[in-house]
Amino acid sequence: MEKNVFVVADNVLSPIGKTTAENFDQLKKNVSGVKEQNNPAISPRSFFASLFNKDVINIEAGRTKFEQLLIDSISDALKNSDIDPKDKKTILIISSTKGNISLLETEEDTPELEKRIALSTSARLVAEHFGFINTPIIISNACISGVVGIITGMRLVRTGQYENAIVTGADVISSFILSGFESFQALSPQICRPFDRSRDGLNLGEGAATIILSTNKKYAKNIKVLAGSVSNDANHISGPSRTGKELSLAIDQSLKEAGLSANEIDFISAHGTATPYNDEMEAKAINLSGLQSAPLNSLKGYYGHTLGAAGLIESIISLQSLKEGVLLPTPGYKESGVTQSVNVVANIQPITAKNFLKMASGFGGCNAAIIFGK
Amino acid sequence: MPAENQIISSCVIEQGTVFKNGSMLFENKGADLAEFLLSIYQHFQLNYPKFYKMDNLTKLGWLASEVLLKDSYQKDQYQPEEVGLVLTNRNSSLDNDIKYFESAKEIASPSLFVYTLPNIVIGEICIRNNFKGEHGFYIQDSFDAGFIAGQADYLLNNNILKACICGWVEVLGQDYKAALYLVEKNQTDKSVPFSIKNINSIFETF
Repeated sequence: MEKNVFVVADNVLSPIGKTTAENFDQLKKNVSGVKEQNNPAISPRSFFASLFNKDVINIEAGRTKFEQLLIDSISDALKNSDIDPKDKKTILIISSTKGNISLLETEEDTPELEKRIALSTSARLVAEHFGFINTPIIISNACISGVVGIITGMRLVRTGQYENAIVTGADVISSFILSGFESFQALSPQICRPFDRSRDGLNLGEGAATIILSTNKKYAKNIKVLAGSVSNDANHISGPSRTGKELSLAIDQSLKEAGLSANEIDFISAHGTATPYNDEMEAKAINLSGLQSAPLNSLKGYYGHTLGAAGLIESIISLQSLKEGVLLPTPGYKESGVTQSVNVVANIQPITAKNFLKMASGFGGCNAAIIFGK
Repeated sequence: MPAENQIISSCVIEQGTVFKNGSMLFENKGADLAEFLLSIYQHFQLNYPKFYKMDNLTKLGWLASEVLLKDSYQKDQYQPEEVGLVLTNRNSSLDNDIKYFESAKEIASPSLFVYTLPNIVIGEICIRNNFKGEHGFYIQDSFDAGFIAGQADYLLNNNILKACICGWVEVLGQDYKAALYLVEKNQTDKSVPFSIKNINSIFETF
């Protein structure tokens, strides 16, 4: 008999709030972190993104902004739980796509700098701060990193190797990342519009998030992580599948593992980056899996694409939707711009929900799906 | 307890040598990394034009997978979603990140930027072999056989995968090493148990 995996506590640290509750309150008021930015250190041109204002994050000496975000997010999540990081039954999992890569922009490239950039250096610093006994696990798998972090944590506690998993993730937007997405002509010159006819690209965003999982039965009344799955398109390294078949495989596998049928998914938190190809692929996958009538939102218009934190932030906000019975809209969405019918939520609405599906896709042809339920 | 999974084949590339299942198949010492990687491609008479556009990390991982699978994995032996990968390394894609960042000072190139993610190694191996299963790229300070075994065993023992390619693919400047393992459930005449001891002893082949 496999163990149930319960969500113990969480945190979202973003430009619109420092706790999950603060974030959800802002979202209910339709507040977005995405705005026009003029930041010559990141780009000579103005761009739309969701970035932390200077001085919002108090970076302690010896730490980078990336590490401070992780520490602040983990601290808040721990505060709302009785999980002990020093317990040998507790594992820390960190997800990030680019971590400290911005150091390349400001420091001279030396072997010491290369060591400083390594994600394991950040992981050690964060683990030492909290006194974790076990060596942290780090996942760097493009834009599905956050979802894969939760899936990895779910499996590690399910097998009994650990009892508790603290899954955290963060990414910081710098000129390295912005220039790359710009070179792909993937950035929207306005607030992004997921699934809309006039969508024209994504916004980048900064953020961190933490979710604490446990198999301890004292949390048995909490929401559970029911299942998760990862697949690969085996098609193209920088463009998604033309058919959506592979994301659909991950969704179907997750449904099977959760023991649910498609009509038991009450809403979907899509990846919804607002690039023409991503949203089209997701719409196809959703139809292949028979989920086209499930209400669906994308939170990218509020947070931008927060890369390695995206799967965590969007899962946690959706957990809050499940708890409060409030389904958030998809800012920027007016009229469907995908070839298959999907039920995009345009306005905030009450919902009676038991289970939801979170999906993500990224470069390298990777897809991930995860299901949470009461 | 499920029966122990089996290492069907292994490939280790380091210090100018290519080993498969413990036997050295190719040696080219003294070449720089890019030349060495090209010489492996030529020696094994591979024909895959996409190879030339890959960064060094992806070339190394891709070449190791070609040697690993040749004569050890029958194409379409399993369904696409039944084969997956668990890869690890120390420095993520930093080798190519530095090259991308230098080039971006002039003009940012999407073809370089796409290789600023370590999981592109997995993506290229999946494209080549039509593998569509579970996968993940993890960053670790040093090779951790226990972690890799834990991940691969979970995927095989829970019937999520029938074959798992796992191991280490690392490049930073001229420092490099790849050690890949093809792991399946069933024993063959050449297979060895997928134990921490065997994983480590193959990793230390050189």
